Amino acid sequence: MNAILPAILFWLGAWALNEWLVRRRPASRAAERAIRLVVPVLFGVSLLVLWEGLVRGFAVPAVLLPPPSMIWTRLISSLPTLWADFRQTFLKSVLTGYVAGCGLGFLVAIAIDRSPFLQKGLLPLGNFVSALPVVGVAPIMVMWFGFDWPSKVAVVVIMTFFPMLVNTVTGLAAASSMEKDLMQTYAASWFQTLVKLRLPAAWPFIFNALKINSTLALIGAIVAEFFGTPIVGMGFRISTEVGRMNVDMVWAEIAVAALAGSVFYGVVALVERVVTFWHPSVRGGRA
Amino acid sequence: MTARDKILPVLTILAALLVIWYAAAVFLNAPFERDTAARAGTTIAFSDIVPRTMAQARPVLPAPHQVLVELWDTTINKPVTSKRSLVYHAWITLSATLVGFGLGTLLGIALAVGIVHNKAMDRSLMPWIIASQTIPILAIAPMIIVVLNAIGISGLLPKALISTYLSFFPIAVGMVKGLRSPEQIQLDLMRTYSASPSQLFWKLRWPASMPYLFTSLKVAVAISLVGAIVGELPTGAVAGLGARLLAGSYYGQTVQIWSALFMAAGLAAILVLIVGYAHSAVLRRMGARP
Repeated sequence: MNAILPAILFWLGAWALNEWLVRRRPASRAAERAIRLVVPVLFGVSLLVLWEGLVRGFAVPAVLLPPPSMIWTRLISSLPTLWADFRQTFLKSVLTGYVAGCGLGFLVAIAIDRSPFLQKGLLPLGNFVSALPVVGVAPIMVMWFGFDWPSKVAVVVIMTFFPMLVNTVTGLAAASSMEKDLMQTYAASWFQTLVKLRLPAAWPFIFNALKINSTLALIGAIVAEFFGTPIVGMGFRISTEVGRMNVDMVWAEIAVAALAGSVFYGVVALVERVVTFWHPSVRGGRA
Repeated sequence: MTARDKILPVLTILAALLVIWYAAAVFLNAPFERDTAARAGTTIAFSDIVPRTMAQARPVLPAPHQVLVELWDTTINKPVTSKRSLVYHAWITLSATLVGFGLGTLLGIALAVGIVHNKAMDRSLMPWIIASQTIPILAIAPMIIVVLNAIGISGLLPKALISTYLSFFPIAVGMVKGLRSPEQIQLDLMRTYSASPSQLFWKLRWPASMPYLFTSLKVAVAISLVGAIVGELPTGAVAGLGARLLAGSYYGQTVQIWSALFMAAGLAAILVLIVGYAHSAVLRRMGARP
């Protein structure tokens, strides 16, 4: 019981501090930004402390839920394994598949841009496929492309293709007719209109798809590894270590996956801010 | 735009896909037939290969009609209680999906209400809710299942929990947006009526959030089905559509995999359609003109 009370007290204290912090009206811009940063971090830390305290206090067996400290030591001690898994799953399968799938979706969207007939045919299908459990194709891809990373790339390509296609086609239609008319008065060609007007107008939609896909790609690659892999990879490690009841290793792997996913998402979001600096949602954040 | 205008392009694309599928089936399955012929010491003409590629027991890519026959066989010709019936497996997956979807909806709405009404929750929870979705949560699915199995909880609940985790996010985010969608002028009007906080919520914020809620529900129901299917993978292929996928991949039963996939696709389509219908029904009762 000795660890529960301090943990709960810490959590309540952090909560109270947060309540106090968000009511401050700081004079300087820097202080306000600091508060915006500190509040979620404090919340995260208090959750970890609560987890640690409850697990230790109630003596939950490590097989069920290891305390964060145990996961951390495991993470540090098995860095080479984790790095090998990361390289296999993330650098080989996820990135290749992500680039190929998003690139393909983008190119197909451009290709069908001049054919309203194909657009009308492909858009409802694309929307429909986005709602399907696409990860289900994983066993088929493993059968076709073998156990190593190409089959995972195939799954990721299929998963990321349709969100990209649908969003790009929607985005290319986002420029208003007034702006298109202006381009026409400039005697701009289809290509010039595309590059100078419609693509910039489509960036917010395209980045939306890129962000959705960054998560989908990681999920696709990991789940595909459940259906068969060589003896390396995040999905492989998770499924085998679960079988051996090494739950702390599983959590370490999940921590790596979470970090990779968050950084991936963060990088895409950062690029979005740079590319679509003119968009209200970005400008509003700074003002 | 007339209905014919909408349906014709879709049908054309579908027909094209079907043709491509048949061509791919011939192309991918032909090597097997050539090998068989070579082993038997005979040569085989292309016109003989084509019909055979459509009727292999374990083709690389089954032809569409093989999948349809298997679907028909396992749904109509088998009793619903049989373990060979796809309806039985689909029901197991569907029940986990619905329980998870229900829990996820409640959790998502509760979180959104808290976030809208409490500034500390907004600032501290919102970044973590977003971060929680960059975690490939499906990766945890096998562990949740196995661990809960170890302490004696098995069957429906663990799968439903995975669906819950996946589906609460779109609902929480959509509802936060929806509950904040009333404009200042409308909030001011409520204040001039001296509306209490609960009246403000039930008469303005809640109705205003309905379109957002249903848009999120569509996403959420599709993703809870994915969660339930993936949740069935690590239990050792006992029952459910995910188990059918896994068993099919272990034993090379491609026709079984494809029919399970089509069943899952059909299920997803029906669920999304039901939510879409509920959406338009609610909007109509609220007096919206389409």
